[in-house]
Amino acid sequence: MPSLSLMPPEFSVVRDDNKCIKCLACVRQCGFDAQQYDAEDDRLYAIDANCVNCQRCVSICPAGALTIYKNPPPMRPNAHWTEGHLRNIVKQAETGGVLLTGMGNDQPFPPYFDRLLLNASQVTNPSIDPLREPMELRTYLGSRAEPVSREESKDKTSTPLVPIETPIMFSAMSYGSISHEAFESLARAAKAFGTLFNTGEGGLPGDLYEYADHAVVQVASGRFGVHADYLNAGRVIEIKIGQGAKPGIGGHLPGEKITAPVAETRMIPEGTDALSPAPHHDIYSIEDLKQLIFTLKEATRYQKPVSVKISAVHNVAAIASGIARAGADIIAIDGFRGGTGAAPTMIRDHVGIPIELAIAAVDQRLREEGIRNRVSLVAAGGFRSSADVVKAIALGADAVYIATAALIALGCHLCQKCYTGKCSWGIATQDPYRSRRLNPEIGAERLYNLLRGWSHEIKEMLGGMGINSIESLRGNRLHLRGVGLNEVELKLLGVKHAGEAM
Amino acid sequence: MLREGKYRIPSGCAISGFINKDGRRADGSAIIQSIALMQERSNGLGGGFAAYGIYPEYQDYYALHLLFEDKLSRNQVEELIKDNFYIEAEDRIPTRHVRSIGKAPLLWRYFVTPRLSKIEESQESEADFMTRLVMRINDSVNGAYVVSSGKNMGAFKGVGYPEDIGEFFRLDEYQAYSWIAHGRFPTNTPGWWGGAHPFTLLDWSVVHNGEISSYGANRRFLEMYGYKMTLQTDTEVVAYAIDLLVRRHKLPLELAARVLAAPFWQAIDRLPAAERDLYTRLRVVYGSLLMNGPFSIIVGFSGGIMALNDRIKLRPLVAGSQGTTLYVASEEAAIREICPDVEKVWYPQGGEPVIGRLEEGSQCRLSA
Amino acid sequence: MKKVYARPAYCMNCHLCEVNCIVAHSRSRDLFRAYKRENLRGTARVIVEERLPLSVAVQCRHCDDPRCVAGCISGAMVKDPETGIVYCQEDKCVGCWTCVAGCPYGAIRPGEKNGRPVPLKCDLCREADEPACVAGCPNRALVFEERRAGA
Repeated sequence: MPSLSLMPPEFSVVRDDNKCIKCLACVRQCGFDAQQYDAEDDRLYAIDANCVNCQRCVSICPAGALTIYKNPPPMRPNAHWTEGHLRNIVKQAETGGVLLTGMGNDQPFPPYFDRLLLNASQVTNPSIDPLREPMELRTYLGSRAEPVSREESKDKTSTPLVPIETPIMFSAMSYGSISHEAFESLARAAKAFGTLFNTGEGGLPGDLYEYADHAVVQVASGRFGVHADYLNAGRVIEIKIGQGAKPGIGGHLPGEKITAPVAETRMIPEGTDALSPAPHHDIYSIEDLKQLIFTLKEATRYQKPVSVKISAVHNVAAIASGIARAGADIIAIDGFRGGTGAAPTMIRDHVGIPIELAIAAVDQRLREEGIRNRVSLVAAGGFRSSADVVKAIALGADAVYIATAALIALGCHLCQKCYTGKCSWGIATQDPYRSRRLNPEIGAERLYNLLRGWSHEIKEMLGGMGINSIESLRGNRLHLRGVGLNEVELKLLGVKHAGEAM
Repeated sequence: MLREGKYRIPSGCAISGFINKDGRRADGSAIIQSIALMQERSNGLGGGFAAYGIYPEYQDYYALHLLFEDKLSRNQVEELIKDNFYIEAEDRIPTRHVRSIGKAPLLWRYFVTPRLSKIEESQESEADFMTRLVMRINDSVNGAYVVSSGKNMGAFKGVGYPEDIGEFFRLDEYQAYSWIAHGRFPTNTPGWWGGAHPFTLLDWSVVHNGEISSYGANRRFLEMYGYKMTLQTDTEVVAYAIDLLVRRHKLPLELAARVLAAPFWQAIDRLPAAERDLYTRLRVVYGSLLMNGPFSIIVGFSGGIMALNDRIKLRPLVAGSQGTTLYVASEEAAIREICPDVEKVWYPQGGEPVIGRLEEGSQCRLSA
Repeated sequence: MKKVYARPAYCMNCHLCEVNCIVAHSRSRDLFRAYKRENLRGTARVIVEERLPLSVAVQCRHCDDPRCVAGCISGAMVKDPETGIVYCQEDKCVGCWTCVAGCPYGAIRPGEKNGRPVPLKCDLCREADEPACVAGCPNRALVFEERRAGA
């Protein structure tokens, strides 16, 4: 039975026949079988129902002959029953299943970053020119013990800190959810720029171990790909408790995407669904977490900082405090805009809290308890620009993780169909016909460019605030002002309203 | 409109200071002359001084200099003082009438020592006990403010040009081995004597020309260690940071200066391994105490003074030496004004501290 | 000499190399005129061979000892002694298609221009800095470089 039979296609593929030269590039490049060619009639046509608006055909067409239009909602205007709700209900009536989706929350919840503004210095304090003065973005991740003594620390349990040259790292995207080519692009760019990438819960493919010293290797609830070499090769070990896109549940990689190389890296049979359980089945409480943290530290002779990644949920401040006291060196917090390769739509869109509020609360709580120095805070979840990054650091983060922005740099157009494995851009797929479209040489360059552009913009904004070192921005809420935020929001963020003096 | 002290005012201005390293004491007329020369840098809305070695007869007692806006606050504070301290002596701080100085608050000083029973009860060190009490007075007693709380030193400050303030407080009648001074150019209306520099804690005093753009980060770090920012001026964080680094964490003063004005990473990367490791760890642990934004500061303490610029030297600072005296000021002219034949004059690099200390053996001069 | 080499790992079967080749060899040098007015569809000198998921662009290798040159009965097909490029002097071609049959790579196809026979084969875009197929490949599957013999 065809799906969406009660609903017309969401999109229309419109081809300008005056421009179309019938080169058939669109047919070859469409990952979803929407573009078709009838050889007998020498005619190009489209199956609109298959189109997911990934924009691959539009980009590849040398004649610019294609446009994808969003069809009008197939119903009367209704502020309560939106088109999205109708389509979801119809799909579930047809299949009886859980609605799946990819990427991050696309619902119109209030965007706090867009209601925060930054300061600049004038007259009483000169702004600093990043083209002529050193502007330092280097950040060290890990636990900062104090006081500092002049003698060599003979303490075997003091873990080295990890420097990154910019406060931006690539967030967890597993090999399996993304292609080898995409994974390699991230690894190469991270190494070239001097920052880190995160392996996600799919392990580290054997042929990419040359990038391992720039990798945060993840230990997730499914423990995919976790073995001693993996732990010892990485630069940081991250225990993934949760992610912003699906707080409370585990990762999900459909069997279609578990090809032989993916299966080998994950150490599971080919073609089986890779389902990470919701909790780690050996972490049911904070003391269990402490045990795992120290197990990993012992296994790596205290040479690798251990990070714990959690979703931003209501109790995030208390949870973070517990994690800091359990021995973690880094706490990564993923807000509700975080992306994913596959998640139930309802959980992605309705569970979790914004990263802005989470970071503000965690930073404040850790300071109140006097333990902020014990951990580095990394914020994640929908950072769209260098301005978002600067605001996150001002709220209290040491660094940020980006993933969606990185994928957009590689070509992703947020069609949200990652879980199908049919990504036309070669990113979220294991099909070699599709994945070869992402040349890691080009991918790595584009990612490097993104890091470079954002880093330079951060330097400009810092200089504008009269700051020449990123540690002077960390937690410095005085450089932020809110607009259009109510008293409660301002208090939670710890910022004043625009118009108030310093 | 919020009262001054409730919102931050950037510090403009002029600073000057000197120390006789042989312990020789001098009266306040020289420092007044020096700071008066730089009148152009102030706007008459604040001036202040700190002097070391001025109470040799009470050198074992904490000299609490206080200002009160009214009798009520004075009574409240005196209750607190009597409760926690043994008072050896007390009196109004001597002043003389100066036409340009407006209505002054009540100005008192108490020579005290903490009651042993109170210290035993709280199990703190004497210094921690003092700092806690000082913050308590500043924080919780409306209208009262501790101007200085060190031994054998005192701060004198108020609203007016520094030379008028110096005249008002009869500084020509005090003898000190080191003096620091400040003239202020605040960018809005004043009114509060407590807002002038120096800012003090125990025997630390700080005068500061600049604006700290890292203030928010510095403050939130210091709050973790129990320091309360009651004043909302940038200078507060400098004094507390030095107290934390030097007194509580036992860092040598030179290294504390390297925390406030840390070397750039590109310089640290080029150092030999042991030094590189040390400076990296300093920056990593104390990164939130890095002072960003333009500043030149003079820090006074028992036994010495330190002058420091921000790393890219966005405010002026000149040093000079003549015999056993070290001079530091915002301008060379201010040094030459009081020492015309100064032997050596130099411009310290951004981030490099200039420190002058009492020589060994000069200590005994203080009891003269 | 510099030649065009394919990197099959990155070839995504888009055939845009063919499109660029056609436009580069058209009179108008304009995509729409080349296809719609000059009717040059299907006349590319580079062909993408498919055995999905693999694909690779194949064009003349400008061999050191070209079979097409040896077999040309009219002497139209020559190898330029300076540049090494193998090309056809079109006014001499009689359309026997020996070159087509003889090329071991299948890189030549029969074509026509103004009613005259012309073999469709790669000429390394003699007048340009970089061959059109290389410049137009969106995934860097084609490179223009010098390699040692046997590469």
